[in-house]
Amino acid sequence: MAHEHKLAIFRGTLNFKNNVQKIWGVLIFLTVVTAIEVTLGITKPRILTHSYILGMKALNWIFIILTLVKAYYIAWDFMHLRDEKSSLRRAVVWTPIFLVAYLIFILLFEADYIYNVYKDGFITWDF
Amino acid sequence: MDTTVTTEMAEENVWGGGNRPLGASYGKLMMWFFLVSDALTFSGFLAAYGFSRFKFIETWPIADEVFTHVPFFHGNYPMIYVAFMTFILIMSSVTMVLAVDAGHKMKQNAVIWYMFLTIIGGAIFVGSQAWEWATFIKGDHGAVETKGGRILQFLDVETGERVALADFAKTIPDVRVEHDEPEGLWFESESFLPSFSMNEVEEGLMANPNIVIRTEAILQEGEMEGHKTVLTREQSLEKIKEGVEVVEGANLVHNEYGSRLFADFFFFITGFHGFHVFSGVMINIIIFFNVVLGTYERRGHYEMVEKVGLYWHFVDLVWVFVFTFFYLV
Repeated sequence: MAHEHKLAIFRGTLNFKNNVQKIWGVLIFLTVVTAIEVTLGITKPRILTHSYILGMKALNWIFIILTLVKAYYIAWDFMHLRDEKSSLRRAVVWTPIFLVAYLIFILLFEADYIYNVYKDGFITWDF
Repeated sequence: MDTTVTTEMAEENVWGGGNRPLGASYGKLMMWFFLVSDALTFSGFLAAYGFSRFKFIETWPIADEVFTHVPFFHGNYPMIYVAFMTFILIMSSVTMVLAVDAGHKMKQNAVIWYMFLTIIGGAIFVGSQAWEWATFIKGDHGAVETKGGRILQFLDVETGERVALADFAKTIPDVRVEHDEPEGLWFESESFLPSFSMNEVEEGLMANPNIVIRTEAILQEGEMEGHKTVLTREQSLEKIKEGVEVVEGANLVHNEYGSRLFADFFFFITGFHGFHVFSGVMINIIIFFNVVLGTYERRGHYEMVEKVGLYWHFVDLVWVFVFTFFYLV
């Protein structure tokens, strides 16, 4: 059975005195991350929209990574997965990650193929 | 003190059902089962959205230009309102987790207050989403749809700002009026007639030398990379001939903001998420009254609050992804 709350976040660099304090700490962190996302979304710095990493805009990579970071803290601290057994944690987390990664891979590849068919395949779409 | 609630009443032997390898009660495990399967459903929707977007990567609407309104304020504020909605939902997640925490400590009054605040937060979010839908459906500038289903929008060539149809379309007396029920022999009426006819928009474009057309195509290179293509005056006058229909606002068939699929996915995904929030608020209200009545105080633990909390956080989690893939990326 689970015992005490685990009160450290950021791999133990930030320790809280009690659970309520940790909740507020996580809220501040999530708010900061959201604020960064919104600011970048409005300003769209040219350096980030004009450089590409692995075929995707650097800005979009930042958005996706920050989203996963937010998802991690919501699941770990709000849904208290941090306090659950690691077997439950793994069953809950890795099942969707594995399936969704596969789904995304296959759908985006297919979509890119269709895009090329529209582009080069003598199909008129702009009329 | 235990951080997760235990509902087991008697110690049983391993093969008699007493063994709990995941250290969570039946109810909580079932909630996790549901959440995982629901997560896969939402992933399916978002992956389908990605599929359609990659298919039309060069013509997809730019979210910053679609969601620019804030209630009670005029002007162009991209993202601000959605950011506010996101914050509201995260905030209500926090009050929920505080309610769960208070439940562990068996503080009935604290649970009541935190549940109450969570419900208020959820209601504000659902209300905001309804407003967002209404604004999206109503549209703002209006556009023209071509025979091939492409959208042509209008710009002022001097300011570079979008121009509403009402600002330049000519008023030509026309016999075509919206067909109302009293006019019909049988009880028929038509659903919708745009405020301007195709003819009026075309005449208006010709009469106003400062209006040009903006097409859906996103420029892939050059100084304006990432922006929509703006045609010259000559090209605009040529392009307008392809127009067949005036579009105002968005629905499942027409979308003045660009690709129709964008509107379809917007309604489908935010609608499905909004439905989850609505159900969450309803379930929270039920649990709230149970807490008020002291049901869990008598039961000796607040596991129900914890379970509904899991669902509520999940709704927040989904929104984080919807926010990213619909509004940011």
